[in-house]
Amino acid sequence: MSSGLIASLIRLRGFLRKELLQIRRDPSSILLALVMPVVLLLLFGYGVSLDPEQVPIAIVDEDGSALARDLVARLSASRYFEARPCRTMAAADELVVAGRAEGILRIPEDFERSLGLAGGARLQLLVNGVDSNRASLVKSYLSSTLGNWVAIRAAAGESLGPPPAIRIEPRIWFNPGIDSRHFLVPGLIVLIMTLIGTLLTALVIAREWERGTMEALLATPLRRGEFLLGKILPYFGLGILGLLTAVAGAVYLFGVELQGSFWLLLLSSSLFLLAALGMGLAASALLRVQFVAAQVAVLAGFLPAFFLSGLLFDLESTPTPIQVVSHVVPARHFVAICQTLFLAGDVFEVILGAGAWLLGAAILFLGITYRRLGRGME
Amino acid sequence: MERDPGQEGETIAAEPRAEILLEATALSRSFAGRSAPALDGVDFRARAGRITGIVGPDGAGKTTLLRVAAGLLKPHAGSIRVLGAAPGAAARAGTARIGYMPQRFGLYEDLGVAENLDLFADLQGLPFHERAERFAELLELTDLGDFRARRAGRLSGGMKQKLGLACSLLVRPRLLLLDEPTVGVDPVSRRDLWRILDRLVAAEGIGVVIATAYLDEADRCAEVLVLDRGRVVACAEPATLRHRVAGRVRLVEPRPGCPPRVLQARLEELPEVRDCSIRKGRLRCLLDQETAAVDRLIEGLPEVASSAVVEPTFEDAFMAMQESRPDRAGAATPIAGLASAADEAMIAVEGLGKRFGDFVAVSAISFTVRRGEIFGLLGPNGAGKTTTFRMLCGLLPASDGEIRVAGRDLRRAPGRARAGLGYMAQAFSLYPHLTIVQNLRFFGRSYGLGGRRLRRRIEEVLDEFDLRARRDEDAGKIPAGFQRRLSMAAAVLHEPEILFLDEPTSGADPLARREFWARISAFAARGMTIVVTTHFMEEVESCDQVLLMSRGRELARGSPDEIRALARGPKRPDPGIEDAFIALSEGEVVVGAAAPEARP
Repeated sequence: MSSGLIASLIRLRGFLRKELLQIRRDPSSILLALVMPVVLLLLFGYGVSLDPEQVPIAIVDEDGSALARDLVARLSASRYFEARPCRTMAAADELVVAGRAEGILRIPEDFERSLGLAGGARLQLLVNGVDSNRASLVKSYLSSTLGNWVAIRAAAGESLGPPPAIRIEPRIWFNPGIDSRHFLVPGLIVLIMTLIGTLLTALVIAREWERGTMEALLATPLRRGEFLLGKILPYFGLGILGLLTAVAGAVYLFGVELQGSFWLLLLSSSLFLLAALGMGLAASALLRVQFVAAQVAVLAGFLPAFFLSGLLFDLESTPTPIQVVSHVVPARHFVAICQTLFLAGDVFEVILGAGAWLLGAAILFLGITYRRLGRGME
Repeated sequence: MERDPGQEGETIAAEPRAEILLEATALSRSFAGRSAPALDGVDFRARAGRITGIVGPDGAGKTTLLRVAAGLLKPHAGSIRVLGAAPGAAARAGTARIGYMPQRFGLYEDLGVAENLDLFADLQGLPFHERAERFAELLELTDLGDFRARRAGRLSGGMKQKLGLACSLLVRPRLLLLDEPTVGVDPVSRRDLWRILDRLVAAEGIGVVIATAYLDEADRCAEVLVLDRGRVVACAEPATLRHRVAGRVRLVEPRPGCPPRVLQARLEELPEVRDCSIRKGRLRCLLDQETAAVDRLIEGLPEVASSAVVEPTFEDAFMAMQESRPDRAGAATPIAGLASAADEAMIAVEGLGKRFGDFVAVSAISFTVRRGEIFGLLGPNGAGKTTTFRMLCGLLPASDGEIRVAGRDLRRAPGRARAGLGYMAQAFSLYPHLTIVQNLRFFGRSYGLGGRRLRRRIEEVLDEFDLRARRDEDAGKIPAGFQRRLSMAAAVLHEPEILFLDEPTSGADPLARREFWARISAFAARGMTIVVTTHFMEEVESCDQVLLMSRGRELARGSPDEIRALARGPKRPDPGIEDAFIALSEGEVVVGAAAPEARP
């Protein structure tokens, strides 16, 4: 090894040791890297669920036949519904208005009799449409429950003909349980990595400027490449630690299976982490004030990762301009990779394209930071 | 005639004793957004084996010059060679033998003393086998050996500066660049720092370039560069500069019982007096010309006991180099009220203490301030001045003791007690995007002023503080001196009975400080009670009463005369406040029941 390289490694070693000591002595970075993933995981895993469960449904059985009673029993047994029997439609109406039921299933009096007839049996389903998302979910859950019921009856040797007047879409891909956790938890990894990557690093260069240590560093032979590497490595490590915590939680706590390769997940996460770190460092180097850099990091890093990544909101249903804008957000591409790897498997058409975006973003942000550092005190 | 750099340059060239370590030729540097250049054609040399000082008012270009020499800023015109190379090149190559210590503490407060040394040894490429020996040597030199494991953030201001110095000395630099290393440092550490520098220069023959705000330090330099607005005013040995004002400095002794401040105001009215400051209870006057007529004029004043021509100091020479007399707008007001200063206690403090967790910031402080008095809280950074001060203004609740301000208990009625107070914070705390007048209007209203009275007061302070010319400019864009005057104007807008000023002269140059004290004296003369904190020891000469603080405790209390008397002895026949501080904090003198006469 040349003496220049050795000197460079010694400088890097000293700088890295200083960063690690600072991280160790500043509990907030440890909290952010290790405790926050667990908290978010529990919060999203248990607290936030987009799935309707135990949805109260008023049931007006005007038929009273054995078949109608069997249908009611089937609905009551489902974990998605809580059957609330009512004598009249008026009583059911009251339940809905009072918010104690989200829909009404009316079994007309000729239900069993008309089953064999040409027009088929008819059921009336009324859903409270105030929350349209939920209404359509409830509607489709009811349809599939009814579909199941018909299938079970058919298996038992009874031919009921087509299911009673409601269309069924029984096949749902990639999320067989239609469990929203299965796409929330992978998305969570994106949030955690964004927080660690962007928010933590937004502070670290600005802090050197604010505390006056940057001036002392600039007067030493420390080069900007060494400085940048010294800033990236520790926080990259913290980010990977956060990733592993989140993946372990997802797999062991919530039983989300990783369909794709773990190594591919690690590689694409590293790319995303570099982009997130780059964004934080660039904000820090450009603004030189911790408070402003943190605000910019939240506005430009965290909020888009939350709203424009497809993590919570389906981007397909947003207006075209927003879809176009969302492509700029690195988190969007990482969400696509995570959901693909967790739910579908190694689908390279998705992963390669998204990975290229992440790489591009990482190079762009780190490049900006590197250039800015070269300007010294100017 | 002082503004002739060429002439000074030859003075130095005439004695080519030592190697030139730093050489700047026609060096210029400006900054975006500022019309005047920070450095404007500076010619400057620093040699090995001597200490070269850089002095000058705010914005003179001291820091810019040092940063250019350290390779942190590039010059826009002219050239600079440091150790025979362009600055920064050697640093980048890792072979630099230059030590640089920035004005702000540049070390990591969350790292220990030894960890900071390790870091900078790594960064500066100090070979491993030399480290143990070098660390031991530097810790011994800076007296930090017992604090290896202590976090830098928990060191006193003086120890921090010594640690900063140790880090910049790691690679045995041949040239040491220091930017105001002694600002805010306690006098004991200040003296220690200078001893270290003297030792380094004598033993290792290194060259030191030091920017300083303390003019007495310039006298300790082998050579001094005086800068003003980016230009060289003078560059010569201090003795040469002092010699220029020889015979023009007169020390005037006030008649017994006459406060020096009163005599100062009287002397400053004389047009022949260029500058007049209080030193050790006497008045030091710089005259435009020493003539028999002026002597008779001074001797004839009723307040004067005697006067004599004395040897000039560097400060006298520096003041003579200034184009104009410092502004004394406030000093013209009559001083008559002072003698009748009522015995009314405006502030009474008994057993005041403040703890933060298990850290005792202030303990057992007691004093009384009377109407029209100037009360000085004096001590180095970290002595507890600001904490005491905040408790006095009701900004911080006291842990122990009682405070009565203007007759009210600050604990029970903080709001009402505060209405009669004016407060000027240490940092510039006005709105930078509002104009001068808008700021005044806002602060006036927040103190309950309105209508005709507010308009009248704004007009008054615009004149009194000489702000009218820039009344519609944004407060953030006016020069620092104007900002300081505006802060003070905002604090006195509601005509408070008591004015609190926290480090009002921190970062101010000698001229601005003089101007400030002239105003303060005028306020006190009008019956305003003033509490002021400062770390400039000589400034308290203008105070009626001083509380000397160190590490949260009272070191001494009394008039400046009484405090000086504490340190008077055979070794020090004529001590200053700073000598007293050193003697007291080193335990050489013990205050016995506040009776200085009782000392042997």
